Order: sequence, then structure tokens, then C-alpha cells
Amino acid sequence: MLTVHGLYTEYPNERGDIVKAAQDVTFTVEEGRLFTLLGPSGCGKTTTLRSIAGLERPRAGEISVNDRVVFSSSKGVFVSPNRRGFGMVFQSYAIWPHMTVFENAAFPLQVGDKKYTRAQVREHVMRVLTAVQLDELADREATKLSGGPQQQLALARALVMEPALLLLDEPLSNLDAKLRDRMRFELKRLQRELKITTVYVTHDQSEALALSHEIAVMNQGRIQQIGRPRDIYENPVNQFVADFVGNTNFLDGTVIRAEVQDRCILDTDIGRLAVKFAKPVKANDRVAISIRPEDVELAESRPAGENVWQGTVEQKVFLGEAIDFRVTVGPRSLLSRQHPTLRTPVGGSIFVRVNPEKCVVFSAS
Amino acid sequence: MSTTIITTPGIATHKRAAVDWKWVVIGACVAFTIYIAVIPLAFLFWQSFRTPQTATVPAVWTLGNYAAAYGTSETFRLFLTSVQFAFGASFFSFAVGTTLAWMNERTNTPFKSIFYALSLIPLVIPSILFTVAWILLASPQIGIINQLLQNWFGLAAPPFDIYSMGGMIWVDGLHYSPMAFLLMSAAFRAMDPSLEESATMSGASVWQVLWRVTLKLTWPAIFATILILFVRSIESFEVPALLGLPVGIEVFTSSIYTAVHRYPSQVGLASAYGVALLAITTVGVYAVARLSGKGSKYATMTGKGFRPRQIDLGAWRWATASGFILYFVLIVVLPFLVLLWSSFQHFYTVPSREALRNLTLDPYRFVFTYPDLASTMWNSLVLSFGSATVVMLVTSVICWLVVKTKIPGRWLLDNIASLPLVFPGIVLGLAIMIFYLNVDIGIYGTIWIMFIAYITRFMPYGMRYNTTSMLQIHTELEESAAMCGASWTTTFRRIVLPLLKPGLVAGWIYVMIVSIRELSTSILLYSPDTRVVSIVIWELWQNGQYVELSALGVLFILLLFVLVLIARWVGGKYGIREA
Ligand SMILES: Nc1ncnc2c1ncn2[C@@H]1O[C@H](COP(=O)(O)OP(=O)(O)OP(=O)(O)O)[C@@H](O)[C@H]1O
Ligand SMILES: [Mg+2]
Repeated sequence: MLTVHGLYTEYPNERGDIVKAAQDVTFTVEEGRLFTLLGPSGCGKTTTLRSIAGLERPRAGEISVNDRVVFSSSKGVFVSPNRRGFGMVFQSYAIWPHMTVFENAAFPLQVGDKKYTRAQVREHVMRVLTAVQLDELADREATKLSGGPQQQLALARALVMEPALLLLDEPLSNLDAKLRDRMRFELKRLQRELKITTVYVTHDQSEALALSHEIAVMNQGRIQQIGRPRDIYENPVNQFVADFVGNTNFLDGTVIRAEVQDRCILDTDIGRLAVKFAKPVKANDRVAISIRPEDVELAESRPAGENVWQGTVEQKVFLGEAIDFRVTVGPRSLLSRQHPTLRTPVGGSIFVRVNPEKCVVFSAS
Repeated sequence: MSTTIITTPGIATHKRAAVDWKWVVIGACVAFTIYIAVIPLAFLFWQSFRTPQTATVPAVWTLGNYAAAYGTSETFRLFLTSVQFAFGASFFSFAVGTTLAWMNERTNTPFKSIFYALSLIPLVIPSILFTVAWILLASPQIGIINQLLQNWFGLAAPPFDIYSMGGMIWVDGLHYSPMAFLLMSAAFRAMDPSLEESATMSGASVWQVLWRVTLKLTWPAIFATILILFVRSIESFEVPALLGLPVGIEVFTSSIYTAVHRYPSQVGLASAYGVALLAITTVGVYAVARLSGKGSKYATMTGKGFRPRQIDLGAWRWATASGFILYFVLIVVLPFLVLLWSSFQHFYTVPSREALRNLTLDPYRFVFTYPDLASTMWNSLVLSFGSATVVMLVTSVICWLVVKTKIPGRWLLDNIASLPLVFPGIVLGLAIMIFYLNVDIGIYGTIWIMFIAYITRFMPYGMRYNTTSMLQIHTELEESAAMCGASWTTTFRRIVLPLLKPGLVAGWIYVMIVSIRELSTSILLYSPDTRVVSIVIWELWQNGQYVELSALGVLFILLLFVLVLIARWVGGKYGIREA
């Protein structure tokens, strides 16, 4: 189990100013879980990961793994990275070009405090290489491997010493799209089988949604929301999270009146909108609404119920398994994802409906 | 060339002229390169098989020079001494340079950033002045350090003797340690820091990372650096001539010098030595080239990453900072101060209260009333500016041919232009001297022969600077200029040269600085009318005029320093960070 509390890490930049790369980062990863740090470029994911690894020295905070404190500013503890016993996969994989595949994977066993006999080293290494399907290539020069196997080797090297914690920094971002999909499954299988506590860094939201038990969305050095993939996607706590995780339509609105059962009626650019909103509101409060494209329903004949408007198809983008419609409603245009069977032509008139339950409302910032 | 696209006849006539010009420029550059790089070498070989020519006896073919050169155990000793000196100096400067580079790139030693800039200063101090300064500091008779230590501790004998193999290694190695520092800094920087970090994460300690990953991965660079330093110190002339010759320690370069200056002059013997030296440097340069090719396998393995994590040295960082300061004192402050001190004396004395009372400006008066000072300065400046310009322009054309075209034989051209790299300065001087003695086209003894020598000697540097920036110019940029209707000469002048500018300017500055300090080639080629500043310093040394030499040396160093500052400032305007 990993706990990170109040982590604060800064860097001096070229001009000597201070960049607050991670601020007040707090989270817990349960034993055997895969936890993802997700966020745009430069938001401090790598910084957080490297602080956990011990490659950066945070200014404040506390980090402990399985109740062993590896860093604490208040107690003055800093365990150097080579004594933490964490496995780490770097974005560039950092495969040592002067060693073979086997030597790369054996390195952690040779330099660590624990001494292994040659036979033990061989056995351990071959076991992990088999797990990542590299056993056939053990004697190959490491630089002769292509992208996928290199990534697997980096993983094997991180796993060989049976680390208390596995740290992965964008391990799939250097692979081409096809390979990335395959490796994603492979990684998930391995993590679930070995039940190793893992912190995973990525800026790719679909990767995060597919792999994680839990996700922390970061922005500008701070964690915005922590939750299970479904929570993050369906109930983002603010506009940033809604925008970053998946596509969405944003509308600005003003409360006309609050109704019973957490419902309220809003005035928006496209007209009146009924939404479900748990927070207490009063008339004239300003709010923002996020509606996912797949929740914008389209129909050629007027559907029954509330939140229905008439619009015009402005543009269509065929994606294979789905088709994206851009529909003009009043002064706004909404994005809607549909099954390709809907064939309304561009310029055609169409009805738009939104389920009040599917609208996510935030107090306007 | 806006006119060319307007009318069809315009294009036609222009094209014909353009094609001609292209081949004129290319042909001239290629012919020039071959002439300048190959001919002296051929004549050196030729001469090594000839007897000396005198008024009464014509020269004939002989193997006598080689017999004289290699028939004795003397030569074997010469070889051993040369190699011992070169090994000593190169390993010493490598060790110093690498330690400094590691501290600078990988640790949190304070004041590092200032240090990087400071460490380049020694490169502007000419070898001869650095050597003279260390003689004034550590010679057994007049060395300040020796005298002070003797006074303080009542020693009977001077503790240091600069006139020894150890002294030669110390001075030469120290002077070229900044070169090792630069090369190794570059090697450390080129390495993907996550290679080291992943070793740390695997549980390796600082020393395990340093030994098993950092040094192993920089091994090709280490080996190449040592070789470069070795080749450079075996070519070194000033240090062996000033420190070795007085006590009979001879190496190849100083033997060549003495063979030429003997009466009667033994050019054939000198050539035979030259050929031997050439063989050593050729093997070295070839090995470096092979290694750099191999090193790229490692260099390509870089990923995204910020500057590497720095090792926290704790309290030790003050020790490393003191090391930096001590180094700087030894390599810049002490040598400069001792020259400055002696330049205010009537005759050379150790600093004391009494000597302080006798300060004088006489040496500076001497320098400024020196009859040929103006013309000497002028020669130095004209030669360095001129050769820098010619080198950079000619090699830009050669580089274009080598990098951008598919002309068969371009690799040969590349090698020919880089050939002078294997010439030690004094061997090149010898070869050029022999050639123009035998082929009298009226430039022997004029400034032109030195001009040609400088261009030859520094052409490889021009090649290196231009190749690097030429590789970055995408061919499509030229092609699109051609599509706009520009001729080859126009494209070259308007597109290629401006894009090469950063490399051109940086290379120009470099060649200018190294040629203004040049001594070992000039020493065999100058005549009384064509002396340059470094030659005057050499003559003053031979005459024992130490204080006058110091005054001239101080002025010369200041001039070079100002030139470098101006060059950096100009370079900065063209977007070059390091001159
Ligand atoms: N060594 C460093 N020195 C100075 N600034 C740094 C350093 N490392 C990171 N930063 C800065 O800290 C901030 C956070 O960087 P970090 O690398 O953690 O972002 P990231 O979320 O991993 O982004 P990416 O997706 O691009 O990898 C950025 O503004 C970055 O410029
Ligand atoms: Mg990152």
C-alpha cells in the first residue's frame, strides 16, 4: 500500500524562478491496485512519480509504502532511490545498450543488497523474461529489440526484484497505435496476475480508463479529482476534468427555478433545460453544464419528453464504428455521437433530446 | 534572381551561365583542396629519400635518411620518449578534464555555471606563453614557487624541476585539460539521463552507477578523447622545445626542429622523422574516426528528459568547489600573474618588497618601440582573418559536395580535405617548406607561404563545423529555391550560406583564434619580414629577454581575450551560444 500525503515538489527553471511542479498531492493506493495519474503535458505527473521514486527530493510531504516511511519532511527522512526497492519503467525505457537482454534484466539482482547465486539470478531472470515472453531473446543485444519488446524488457527489469511498488511513466507512448493496444492488454493482464501495487502515469485518457482501478486527474501541479474510471467519466467534479476526460459539450446556464427531487430548470443558449442537480441552488445562480456526445440523442421524428429541440445537421464525420454529428441548435452547435445507421444528410433537420439525468452541472467558476 | 522567371529567353541564357559558374566554383574549390592537402605530403615523402643539396653536390636518391633515422638506437629512444610524453600528458589532461566534467555535469558543486565559462579561458592562452609562465613559476633557478618554498622551509634544493619529463607532462597536460573537459562534458550530456536513473532505481549505488553504467556507456567517447589528446600531445612543439631541449629530452617534433636548424640543414633526416610522426598520428586519427562511427550506436538511444538528476555531494561539495578554484588558479591566475609581474621588472626577479619598489614600465616601452611591432601585429591579424575566411568559404563548398550531392568519389574529397588533420604542425611546416623550396613560384619567404600553410592546417576544422550545420539543412529548402528559378550559385549564396551562418561564424571564430596563436608551423616558414607575434615571442625567449617577452605576452593575451569577447558577442547576434 502506498500513501502520499501533502507532497510538494518544486524546480528552479532557467531564469532561477521557482516552478511549483506538484502541490499538495495526497492519495492512497491500496495493495495490488493500479493507480493512474492522468493529466495534460506539464501538469506534474512525472514530477509526482519521480518524487515517489526518490529521483526528486520534495520540499514537503510524506510518502510511505507498506508502512515504511521513505520520505517525510517533518521527520527528516529521505531514503535514497536505490534503497527504496521500487521498480520503475521510464518513458524512453532506458535499456542499457551495452548489455544483452539477459544482462539488462539481471542487473537489479546483481547490484542490490541481497546477494543471489548465479543459478538464482538465472532462475529469477528467466522467470520474468518468460512472463513478458522474452525468454527466447535472452541473449540478444538489447539495442536490436524493436519498440514492443524493449518496453517488455524494461518491465521485466522493473519486476525482477519483486518490488514493493511499480512505477510506470508513460510506458506505452513510444509505441505505434496497434502495438499500444496490444501492450495495454498485456500490461493489464500482468498487473492483475502479479497483483503488484502500481502507479501509472499517462496523458492518454483512454489508456487510463482502460487500465486503472483508480484515477487521479491532475492539472497545474494539483490533483483535481480521484475516483474510479466510471466516476471520473460520468461525474466529473469540475469543468477541467469533464473536458480532459473524454469529449464533451459545454453550455452556460442561469437557474430559473429549483424544483423538487434535485431537479432544476435552467436557461441556456439553446433554450430551457431541465437537469438533475444535487447541490442546493437558487434563482439566477450561474452554472456550467457538460453533456457527453453519446448522451446527445438524435432522432428524425420528434421524441416524447422534455429537453427536446429542433436543429440542423451541420457536419458529419464518419469514424467507422460510429458517426459524429455536429448539429446547430439556436446559436450553438452540439456534438453528438451516433450509430452509423443514422443517415440524415448535411443540412437536414433533426430533433435533439438530452436526458436530464445525463447532464453534469457545475457551479460556474 | 527575380528576372529569370519573367521571360523564357531569360531563363535559357541564365541557365547556361549558371551551370558554368557552378562547375567553375566547384572545380576551383576541389582543385584548391587537392593541391593544398596532397602535394606537401607527396613532397615530404619524396624529400625523405633525397640527400641534402649543396652548392657543389646535387641531391641524389638515397635510403640514407631512413638509415640515419632508424638505424640507431637513438631513434628508438626518441620514439619511446615521444610516446612516454604523449601518454603522460594525455592521461593527465584526461583525468583532470573528466573529473571536472563529471563534477560539473553530474553533481551539485556550487558555482558550476561560472566555472564552465571560466574553464574555456585557458584555451586562449598560447602554448608558448603558458610554457614560459610555468618556467617562471617552477624552474629550478628562477622559479617563483621554488624560491618561495625554499625560503619558507629552508630547503637546500628547489623542490620542483620543470625541465624534466614530469614538468613537460604537467605543463602540456594542464594546458590541454580544458579540451578534455569539453569533450567529456559533451559525452556526459549526450547520454540519456534515464539510463543512469534506471540503474539507481534498480538499487545501484552512486559508484555502481558511475562504474557500471555511466563510464561503460561513455567508453567510446572516453577512448576517442584519450586518442585525440594523445595525437595532440605527440604533435606538441612548444613544451618539448622549451622544456625538453635544454636538458636533452628530445621528442619527434623538437628533433625535426633541430635537424632543420643544424648546419648544414638536414631536411632529409627531418623528413624521415616527419614520416614516422605522421604514421603515428594517422593511426590515431583513423582510430578516432572509427570510434566515433561506433559511438553513434549508443548516442541514438536518447529519450525525452530534463537535465539529469544531480548527485548531492553534501558537505563534499565545498571540497569539489575548492578543487575547481585550485584548478583555475593553476591554469589561469598563476600563469597570468607571473607574466604580469615580470612585465613590470627591469630584469626577472622573484616578488619581494624590494622588487616591488623597482617596478618599471620599461618592458612595455620596449614592446611599443619595437621596430617591427606594427607589421608583426598586422601579419598576425591578416593571416588569421584571411585564413579563417578562406577556410570557411572553401570548405562550405566542399561540404556541400560531400553532404548534398551523390557525386562519385565524394568520400575521397571528404578525406582529402580532412587529411591535414594528421599533420603535426611542424611536419606540415616542413612539408610546405620543402615543396616551395623545390618548386619555386616565388612565394618562399613571403607571407603567402604562411597563408597557404594556415589554410592547409585548419581546413579540417572548417570541414567539421560546416558538415555539422550542412547536415541540418533540408534538401527541400534548396530544391524549392531551384523551383523558384534560382541558379545554383544564387541558391548557394542566398539560401545555403545564410542557413550555414551559425556554423560558419562559429568555425570562423575558432580558426581565427587558433591561427593567431600558431607557432609550430610558422617556425619553419617565417622570414624576417613575415614574422608573426608568436614568432617574436619565441625570438625574445631565445634571446633571454624575459621581461620584454612578458610584456608582449600580457598584451597578446589581452588582445586575444578581447577578440574572443567580440567574437562571442557577434556570434551571439547570429544565434550561436558557444564560440
Ligand atoms: N528538471 C526540471 N527542471 C525544471 N523544471 C522542470 C523539471 N522537470 C519538470 N519541470 C517543470 O515542472 C512542470 C511539471 O513537469 P512534469 O515533467 O512533471 O510534467 P508531466 O505531467 O510529466 O508532463 P509530460 O506529459 O509532458 O511528461 C513542468 O512545467 C516542467 O516544465
Ligand atoms: Mg512526464
